Amino acid sequence: MTDGGRRIRAAFEDAGRPLFMPYVMGGYPDLDASAAHLAAAARHADLIELGIPFSDPLADGPTIQAAGQRALEAGAHPEDVIEMAAAVAGDTPVVLMTYVNIVLSAGPRAFMERAARAGVAGVILPDLPIDEGEDLRDQARRAGISVIPLAAPTTGDRRLAAIGERADGFVYCVAVTGVTGGEVQVDDELRGFLGRARAQIDAPLAVGFGIRTPAHVAAIGAIADGVIVASELIRRIGAAATPEAAEAEVEDFCAAAVEALRGLAPAAPSA
Amino acid sequence: MSELRTHDGELASRYGEFGGRYVPETVIGALDELTEAYLRHREDPAFRAELDGLLDRYVGRPTPLYRAKGLEAAYGIGRVYLKREDLCHTGAHKINNALGQVLLASKMGKKRIIAETGAGQHGVATATAAALLGLDCCVYMGRVDMARQRLNVIRMRMLGAEVRPVDSGIGTLKDALNEAIRDWVTNVRDTHYVIGTAAGPAPYPEIVAELQSVIGDEAREQMLSEEGRLPGTVVACIGGGSNAIGIFRAFLADDGVALVGVEAGGEGIDSGRHGASLGHGQPGVLHGMYSYLLQTPDGQVTEPHSISAGLDYPGVGPEHSFLRDTGRVRYVSATDAEALTAFQACSRAEGIIPALESSHALALLAREGAELDRSGPVLVCLSGRGDKDVDAVGVALGLDD
Repeated sequence: MTDGGRRIRAAFEDAGRPLFMPYVMGGYPDLDASAAHLAAAARHADLIELGIPFSDPLADGPTIQAAGQRALEAGAHPEDVIEMAAAVAGDTPVVLMTYVNIVLSAGPRAFMERAARAGVAGVILPDLPIDEGEDLRDQARRAGISVIPLAAPTTGDRRLAAIGERADGFVYCVAVTGVTGGEVQVDDELRGFLGRARAQIDAPLAVGFGIRTPAHVAAIGAIADGVIVASELIRRIGAAATPEAAEAEVEDFCAAAVEALRGLAPAAPSA
Repeated sequence: MSELRTHDGELASRYGEFGGRYVPETVIGALDELTEAYLRHREDPAFRAELDGLLDRYVGRPTPLYRAKGLEAAYGIGRVYLKREDLCHTGAHKINNALGQVLLASKMGKKRIIAETGAGQHGVATATAAALLGLDCCVYMGRVDMARQRLNVIRMRMLGAEVRPVDSGIGTLKDALNEAIRDWVTNVRDTHYVIGTAAGPAPYPEIVAELQSVIGDEAREQMLSEEGRLPGTVVACIGGGSNAIGIFRAFLADDGVALVGVEAGGEGIDSGRHGASLGHGQPGVLHGMYSYLLQTPDGQVTEPHSISAGLDYPGVGPEHSFLRDTGRVRYVSATDAEALTAFQACSRAEGIIPALESSHALALLAREGAELDRSGPVLVCLSGRGDKDVDAVGVALGLDD
């Protein structure tokens, strides 16, 4: 396990209930505003997902696509977003979410070292399945950064086991067969997928994609070790009338999500 | 070269360092399933016979190798041959791939076909194959491309396909691919995604290259029977690069045959408005593959430009990146203006209206005719016909009053 992976794992254990991980897109609608959203989220979150915008986000639905486009038009650069992590990373571990080309373009070593200097614990790359990116993974390991693997409802059991072997902190379980921003159904299919994942994977399972309300958060919290909310926060920021209102939306939603998780069983402690 | 292995065989998944599968986890299983099904059916005589029968009697293969004496006279070249993919059913080489993939999808029990399209030729070919084989078809097309290739939009609808406009990005081929991949990630259980070029995540580049290699296999044999020798030079246009890899593969081992790929030079390389990813890009990941890519220093993919919607793409198939780095293929570019000039020259000298894409390959004859002539016959892949381009060229040349 990397140092980042250990800090992430500790966040799951310290929460004392299912972990809550909100998503903030760096640079949306501009860098200063997103820094304020990050600080607001950090007052409640156990772990924070900080997005670096990419021009062609294949795994994202319209909400995050549009936000990323806006951030790029406002001039967001990857290094600016990475630096933002430093403001909160001392108290709340931060994982970066972006696409593999952003890392390759910077150079995996330079990217991971920069992230480590900003206190980042891990990276989530939805277009880097476990069989790709050997050099990138080596460089992340050297810099003490965890590369978080993803699992999907279409992933077979043998592959879930291989994903579990790669786990370094937690496994990101995609709740829907689809892109971000839909609406999750907490049904037998999702329970079946998480059951299969649980049988193959020892690391905590955090679930994201389509989680939109505190009620969703509670329902997912009851069957997973962590809950991730992204598009819904971006939607609320976009709909807010003023920057202050946007910040309040982030703060209120994160507080409500944590409240919804209170009393639910936490992730099992690491062996 | 690494390979995707299954119990039935193997298929190239990387070309040197290029290629790979950079896609969301959700579709990894579907890529494995596609690899396995393709390898199984490729070796199945019944499948082969069904596909060959369709290529023969439905597509109209083999397409002719035509000696273009009008172009020889116009450019002062001893021998110019055109491989007439423009005579394929639906008007371009795209049908070779679409028919193979849709037939495979029907054998795999898929109910729904999706595709992206730029110029509309791949969309029309896929809609045609889906109509023939009785599958639902949805084609993603950038809104800008829908306007400049209006006739193909109408054709797809006539064939029963749904054409979904794509507004993200600037509404061209790259954006249509993004949207098609998102649909596939969402509907992967019953949907087959027919990628239109030799690009995307493995095994797509290899499957498309194999299905298109009929072009070069035929052309090589036709050339030998017509001329008793191999061509000195083979020229093809490159967007994603499927017609090019289809004709190049048959000649890769012939050291004496020069291979030239022509990318979209747009308004000129210096203008920054072009589609020359091999000439002026850097390696990176887009649409599931590691290959040359037009991008900013931050790794954001930039918007390409070409008068031809089919070449208006910031990436390129991974095998071309490999062939670029090994030096086996020389990649150059032709501007919009050069392509338009070649378009007119071919129309007037041969009575053949070429696609704007293929006109980029023809443009090399004007620029390098004398040098090309010295190494022997020149073989140009005339990948498609220009009926779809009458609106765009009419406006560009002021023919539409």
